Amino acid sequence: MHHLDLGKLGFERGAHLLVKQALREMAVGDELHVSGSDPSLDVHLQAWCRAKGHACTDTTITKGSAEEGRWRGSEQAGLTDPSAEGAVADHPSARWGLAARGARVEASTPPFNFVLQDKEVVWTEDAAKLYARAAAAQWDPATAIDWDAPITHPEPVEDAVVQVMTYLIENETAALLVPARFLSQIHPHFREVMQLLAIQAADEARHIEVFTRRATLKRTHLGLSTAGGQASLKTLLDEPDFALSTFLLSVLGEGSFLSLLWFLRDHAPDPITRAVASLSAQDEARHVAFGLSHLARHAELDPGLHSRLANAITRRHDSLAQTAGLNEEVFDALVLLAAGSWDHDAIAQGWDAVAKLKDDMHSGRIQRLERLGFSPEESRTLSALHTRNFM
Amino acid sequence: MSNTLMLGAVAYDPKVVTIWEGFRTWFAERGLDFDFILYSNYEAQVAGHFAGQYDVAWNSPLAWIQAERVANERGQAAQAIAMRDTDQDLTSVIVVRADSAIQTIDDLRGKTVGVGAGDSPQATLIPLNHLADKGLVPDTDFNVRQFDVLVGKHGDHIGGERDAARALMAGEIDAACMIDGNHLLFSQEGTLPGGQTRILDRTAPYDHCCFTILDDAPEALISQFVELLMGMSFDDPEVRPLLELEGLKAWRTGRVSGFAQLNEACDRFGYLDGFLAEMRN
Repeated sequence: MHHLDLGKLGFERGAHLLVKQALREMAVGDELHVSGSDPSLDVHLQAWCRAKGHACTDTTITKGSAEEGRWRGSEQAGLTDPSAEGAVADHPSARWGLAARGARVEASTPPFNFVLQDKEVVWTEDAAKLYARAAAAQWDPATAIDWDAPITHPEPVEDAVVQVMTYLIENETAALLVPARFLSQIHPHFREVMQLLAIQAADEARHIEVFTRRATLKRTHLGLSTAGGQASLKTLLDEPDFALSTFLLSVLGEGSFLSLLWFLRDHAPDPITRAVASLSAQDEARHVAFGLSHLARHAELDPGLHSRLANAITRRHDSLAQTAGLNEEVFDALVLLAAGSWDHDAIAQGWDAVAKLKDDMHSGRIQRLERLGFSPEESRTLSALHTRNFM
Repeated sequence: MSNTLMLGAVAYDPKVVTIWEGFRTWFAERGLDFDFILYSNYEAQVAGHFAGQYDVAWNSPLAWIQAERVANERGQAAQAIAMRDTDQDLTSVIVVRADSAIQTIDDLRGKTVGVGAGDSPQATLIPLNHLADKGLVPDTDFNVRQFDVLVGKHGDHIGGERDAARALMAGEIDAACMIDGNHLLFSQEGTLPGGQTRILDRTAPYDHCCFTILDDAPEALISQFVELLMGMSFDDPEVRPLLELEGLKAWRTGRVSGFAQLNEACDRFGYLDGFLAEMRN
């Protein structure tokens, strides 16, 4: 017979914790005599025991089997540290649901319908490192940018800046929504990937904020949004496959965008535009790195992936063949923005800079395609098929 | 003859549908064709049983007594075939405020005692019978204030007891009656703040719900049903959520020894006279 003295502690203030703790150490069928001075002790103890499946006479409990039965068949849902052996399961159980990786999960947990539940499709060993880097590199738009810096360029150049910002906001909205959509489909067992996509969406939210703020420093209205540009972005939102979507958005789209942001960092006519472009480019570089990292791993494990990726570019190219691609307003705005004035020589230099930008984007895409294992020949062909809208 | 075992149950809460749908699937996977009819109140359910609308009733203790008495009057027999472990050996308590001058049952004379719904065995009929046993006649020696929530549900809904507990703390009544488990719950959730109430008295143990059959129930289906019930294990992750929803750890064989106090209360207060008269017509 075991004994437990509750003193004056009653069930209305947590006595059951002590009773549970005492029972935990005992075998099923063992007896526990409970004493205490709370006047309701016997009534509450008996009612509590009935609900928990223990027998109770007066204040003596005979331990029942229900509590131990609850954990029969439970599973350890991997391990917290992703680098530990066997920490991240290849196919985590649907019943692990929202449980923290490393928790013990009751067997009767209802199954969750996470569509992306294969490690092969979503995982990269770099995820934890990339997430940590992203978390450390978050910046505050209010303080990271000197919003009072002078803007001295002519009004038409400001219009060009506003048009480019309008285009950037539209593209970054796509870059926010695409990972956000997959975020809710990924099994939370792949915690670091989930966190990375969440912070990626937060990055894009911040970019949308700073581009909007920059565009409205001197204007109350934004620029133009074209059917062709949106048609191109819509194909990203319509792509249901995670690997193909990551490929089109992160590796090709955001990869090309990196070149565009660097272009703005180097050629924008005012320090504020240069700063928002520079800060956003740092974030975009991480997004590209994650896309490359997990697709490279996926391609190693799934030999059919390359042809599916190639088909995705071709398919997207075909569906956009009849659209205008990058709108003329954006293209002209980039030239004028880089020129900084209507001066003829400046316009010619702006033109050259935008031509070089397109070359940079093309060679950047080739480089990344080669990193994914495409041959130089294939990489050149596929890069040329990438949307003329850049993203 | 249909091969479906039909259950009658009262829909005292939306979760009732989840519970019996869950049981239906579980039984079907084990070869028992099981279905259910829901009633809005126990009186209709008991009448439905005698009208042959279903085979087995999930009865409140009061509905069990109603069924047993109608059966006796008609020369039939009712049987309680199974109940939850949590249906056995319950008690009710009569609670006063800790600082109340009421120290004994006798001090309740002339006071107001709050009870649950008029048809609640645990919060009304059994505790009032207990007080009557001790010489205090309800509505004569003390005032009874009913907290009626969902009459016809035989107190399955917790609302009446909680309202009585709140009224006690608000000083509107002098004592309140409730089942022991709800006293624990109300104390833990703070409806009855710690240290501010005192249990004045407690009834003897009694039993609660049971599966009830009449003597014309389909024997083979009933045996299969009882066998499957008794085989339900809390260790089984598939069945555990159903048991938790229905509030039990294991099914027990039915017994009627725990209904004596309620039988006595029905006789003493003539509580079933109206219902039995209606059933005779």
